[in-house]
Amino acid sequence: MSTTRPAFTPQFMREDGDAAPWTVLRPDGQLEEGARPTLDDAQLREACELMLFSRAFDEKGFSLQRQGRFGTFSPVRGQEASVVGAAVALDPQRDWVVPQYRELPALLRQGLPLEQFMLTFLGDPRGGLAPEGVNVLPIQIGLAAQLPQAVGLAWGLARQGRDAVVLVFCGDGASSEGDFHEACNLAGTLGAPVVFLLQNNGWAISTPRSRQSAAVTLAARAPGYGIPGSLVDGNDLLAVHEVVSDAVGRARAGDGPSLVETLTYRLGDHNTADDARRYQPADELESWAPRDPIARVLAHLRSRDLWDDEHDAAVRARIGRRIDEAVRTVEGVEPPGVDHLFAHVGEELSPRLARQRADLIASVETR
Amino acid sequence: MSTLNMLQAINATLRAELARDERVMVLGQDVGRLGGVFRATDGLLDEFGADRVVDMPLAEAAIVGASIGLAASGLVPVAELQFLGFSHQAFHQIGAQLARMRYRSQGRFPMPVVLRAPFGGGVRTPELHSEALEAQFVQSPGLAVVTPATPADAKGLLQTAVRSSDPVLFCEPLRGYRLVTGEVPDEDCPIPFGRSRVAREGDDVTIVAWSAAVQVAEKAADVLAEEGISVMVLDLRTLVPLDETGLIEAVAATGRCVVVHEAPLSAGFGAEVVATVNDGAFWSLEAPVARVAAPDTPYPPGRIEDLFVPTVARVVAAVRATVKAG
Repeated sequence: MSTTRPAFTPQFMREDGDAAPWTVLRPDGQLEEGARPTLDDAQLREACELMLFSRAFDEKGFSLQRQGRFGTFSPVRGQEASVVGAAVALDPQRDWVVPQYRELPALLRQGLPLEQFMLTFLGDPRGGLAPEGVNVLPIQIGLAAQLPQAVGLAWGLARQGRDAVVLVFCGDGASSEGDFHEACNLAGTLGAPVVFLLQNNGWAISTPRSRQSAAVTLAARAPGYGIPGSLVDGNDLLAVHEVVSDAVGRARAGDGPSLVETLTYRLGDHNTADDARRYQPADELESWAPRDPIARVLAHLRSRDLWDDEHDAAVRARIGRRIDEAVRTVEGVEPPGVDHLFAHVGEELSPRLARQRADLIASVETR
Repeated sequence: MSTLNMLQAINATLRAELARDERVMVLGQDVGRLGGVFRATDGLLDEFGADRVVDMPLAEAAIVGASIGLAASGLVPVAELQFLGFSHQAFHQIGAQLARMRYRSQGRFPMPVVLRAPFGGGVRTPELHSEALEAQFVQSPGLAVVTPATPADAKGLLQTAVRSSDPVLFCEPLRGYRLVTGEVPDEDCPIPFGRSRVAREGDDVTIVAWSAAVQVAEKAADVLAEEGISVMVLDLRTLVPLDETGLIEAVAATGRCVVVHEAPLSAGFGAEVVATVNDGAFWSLEAPVARVAAPDTPYPPGRIEDLFVPTVARVVAAVRATVKAG
């Protein structure tokens, strides 16, 4: 008698999507039952100010761009908790941020002067210089290319005995690139101290998350690379901070990389050249408004008497003054010229390049 | 002096550079225990350990991308791309990232990265192993493109590449790996980039070549010498930076020029050579500059690759025609 054997079924089935994102702060600003903030009062107020700074700069940048005084740039709007919550889990003295291009507050927290960021989006190559000691790589426009670079950076720092963790940002769109796979895979094999912060903001310009991947969660890819994956409410500053701190802690302890997916939402246009009304459903946009990450933190702080109208006004005035100062500074910078085409192409100018430079200068003068 | 082939020269240079500077590391597919598919990294794992000689996953973009990060961290990666023909899997990390990181960061992050990659035909490899893609990298400002033809140049140019603070694509002629031998200085002998080499003196015509085509040109020169045609062979050594002065002087000296390369004709680096000669030596020319290149067809399977890659006979015929012309 032959025994019957069950028919084959694949061992690894499509995920069921039951994983719930980690949350700490409810949308009304109250803590989840039993939750304890991982930021102290001063840190929380500081983080909130950075989020407000980011929002204020988005508004100023859009307004300047409409007046022809600023270039095409991508606002952070809606993702402030995701960016700031992750950034404040780092020690800027030793840890690094490898950005994409929508993470201004993380760069500011690492110490990048706002003027450098503004110069970049004014189309000035000099904006690319992060002062020595500011632990950031330049903004990345070629999406996902930053990911293997971040792995190499983390690997190299670890090999040299530096006690550093690298936080690298990407989005749901970039997670479809081959570099995402190559980077996660390499990081796993090396055990590199890197945290992949995948901001799932629902949109890659006009392409919805559902078109990027059939996977229910992108963080679920992590086990495929032999690394931990986490799903977190990306509009919850404290949840993002807690989850990223956990990943940073493990990386620092030598336990390797992590993938963190923050569920957030891009509130409006991809950039100043976009018109999200053509594709972002109005009801979807409205459904995210009550989950605004800044309102949530403010409600929490006010409920604990850590923020009042007077403090609010002082913070907003301080932010306004700092942004105005940066605008004045960058608008006073002499426009770049021929030298800025040739400077920093290589350590030295080859004779061929030197001749091209001389020819160009001559032709510019003739004109 | 020692008599070495290309592989021995490259292997010895890598060993010496690893010993000279502890920031230097070697990474790539199969570079460790195996010592590379051609054995260019043979013995390095045992001597320098798995922290410095690293077998990488089969992922070209990650190899180059990680090298960028390693360089930003302060190390000096020497990465092997197993074949230049597979460099397209990393092309975006080379042209758009590695080559311009110094510029993008305005000098904060120089990229002392060497990408070694064997290339070139004539050894009956499977598809995509032989393509001469060097010209495709010439339009990546910030990247040096280095193409040694002899063991001595392989050593001297590789020393310069490893010690440079700028990224280098170091293209190694795989056909010559074991076939081409020569005297190699035992001592340090870094060769500056942008200096061509007169491989052979001659009066009637100048053949311009690089990498494996230099040996083809020299063999053609032997044949032509028997016919009384005196051929100068100029080895460019580096395509970026290009030795404009050396090229123009070498062509002006004979008034006739034939360029030889393995890549397809159109927009091959030969076109840039012709344009540069036109710019700097036009009034010395007694005949149009000729090109001997592969046709604009896909690199073929091995049984017909000798019809594709420039041969001695084709170079001889082109030189004869150039000498008769004008």
